[in-house]
Amino acid sequence: MKNIPDGGKQLPEEAQFLSKQVQRRSFLKYAGASAATVALVAAGCKKDSNDSGVSFGSKDTAILNYAYALEQLEAAFYIKVLTGPYSNMTDNEKSLLTDIRDHEIAHRELFKTAIGNDAIPALEVDFSSINFTSRDSVLATAKAFEDLGVSAYNGAGQYLESADYLTLAGKIVSVEARHAALIRDLISNGSFADNTVVDAMGLDKSRSPREVLSIAQSYIITELNIQNLPG
Amino acid sequence: MNILNIIEEIEKVDADIYDRINPRRKAMKSFMNIGSKVALSALPLALGSMFNKAYGQNTGTIVGVLQFALTLEYLEAEFYDKGLKQNTALIPAGPGRNAITTIGQHETAHVKFLQDTIKSLSATPVAKPSFDFTAKGTFADVFSNYDTFLAVAQAFEDTGVRAYKGQAGNLKGNGAVLTAALNIHSVEARHASHIRQMRKARGANIKPWITLNQSAIGAVVDNVYAGEEITQQAKIQIAGINGFSISAAAASESFDEPLTQQQVLAIVGPFVM
Repeated sequence: MKNIPDGGKQLPEEAQFLSKQVQRRSFLKYAGASAATVALVAAGCKKDSNDSGVSFGSKDTAILNYAYALEQLEAAFYIKVLTGPYSNMTDNEKSLLTDIRDHEIAHRELFKTAIGNDAIPALEVDFSSINFTSRDSVLATAKAFEDLGVSAYNGAGQYLESADYLTLAGKIVSVEARHAALIRDLISNGSFADNTVVDAMGLDKSRSPREVLSIAQSYIITELNIQNLPG
Repeated sequence: MNILNIIEEIEKVDADIYDRINPRRKAMKSFMNIGSKVALSALPLALGSMFNKAYGQNTGTIVGVLQFALTLEYLEAEFYDKGLKQNTALIPAGPGRNAITTIGQHETAHVKFLQDTIKSLSATPVAKPSFDFTAKGTFADVFSNYDTFLAVAQAFEDTGVRAYKGQAGNLKGNGAVLTAALNIHSVEARHASHIRQMRKARGANIKPWITLNQSAIGAVVDNVYAGEEITQQAKIQIAGINGFSISAAAASESFDEPLTQQQVLAIVGPFVM
């Protein structure tokens, strides 16, 4: 699926980025990528707690990197789902999940490109708690990720200073909500907006960046430094 | 659509409406004149254009955005209410009726939430307009043909998603209101996703997300999907981005596009009596 026609073009950028990171943080070590999921591993040498982990930067860059982290997580998940589909995945499900995978890759790559040199590295993920051969396990995880993503964008909008970035986040969150509704309906038709996500006032959930990352953390091995994130 | 009625309704809550339009009195006058010359279908766009000048982005207030949103929620809430009650044979019992009931309850809750929020900002909510859900006969069987009903529902939900998105930047001054609007926005997207699945189950060639500017409804809703076909975001080409095999269709699906207030008024104009 991954098809980089000009690998030579990307590598110098990454090397430059890495040398910068390594100078700043000796605990980051480059590791070979496998199956488009893993690229960087944080390896030991923790400094004091305030300064350790991948930094998101500050202000709008921090929020964009935060979104980039979540999109990395989602993209990596769906890539794995489609690499080894659960038993009895219907053609319809495969087609929809493939669409979602491509959307998440598009989101991930957009953030990576837009943030440029200030982008966080590729995160190492831990999906060991997911049984990828089980429809129930895969869809339950997809539901959790999509609902979390919706609440993350809803909660982060107010922290963006740039109106353009706010609109960009808005363009993405409604697609995440479309995903969430579809996944929920695949699990139980009619649960697209049930009262576990939509309250009596008809409002979806919103979560602060720190709330979201505390939930997402169990799927991310790379140590993240969230001290510049609100909430 | 009775334009004078709309202006009168706005005057009730915004006494300055004529002052806002005053600098454009000449434009207003010529606007009134074109009514007799231009086809009715062209009017909503002209109306939107006039309001846009009167309430241009610089003068647009948070209350103005909420009044605009409230009008859309009135439209949706009444639409589902009528669909459920006016002809009880329209929506079959079971999952379909349950889903429409859930969606209708959310829209009614949104009406109340927006009214309460507007009041909390010391303003008076706009009155509910009278609606014509046939859109002057374009959807003549909207309450007798389930497929027409679902098609109009899809158009309303996708319009709602695009409309809220288009106003987010205007709410930046109030984080609480912005977050609430975002929390409504994603619910509208969940609705849109489900309505689209309902249509797909009945044979429409449609996905839960918007592919290019396709509607699987027909040219009558082209303005609802205009601009959704773009594949660039932040000046970055998404199709094939960074060497990944992302098709133009997937690139367009990955991002929902905003609509301006003017564009939304052009879409809903035919539904307002």
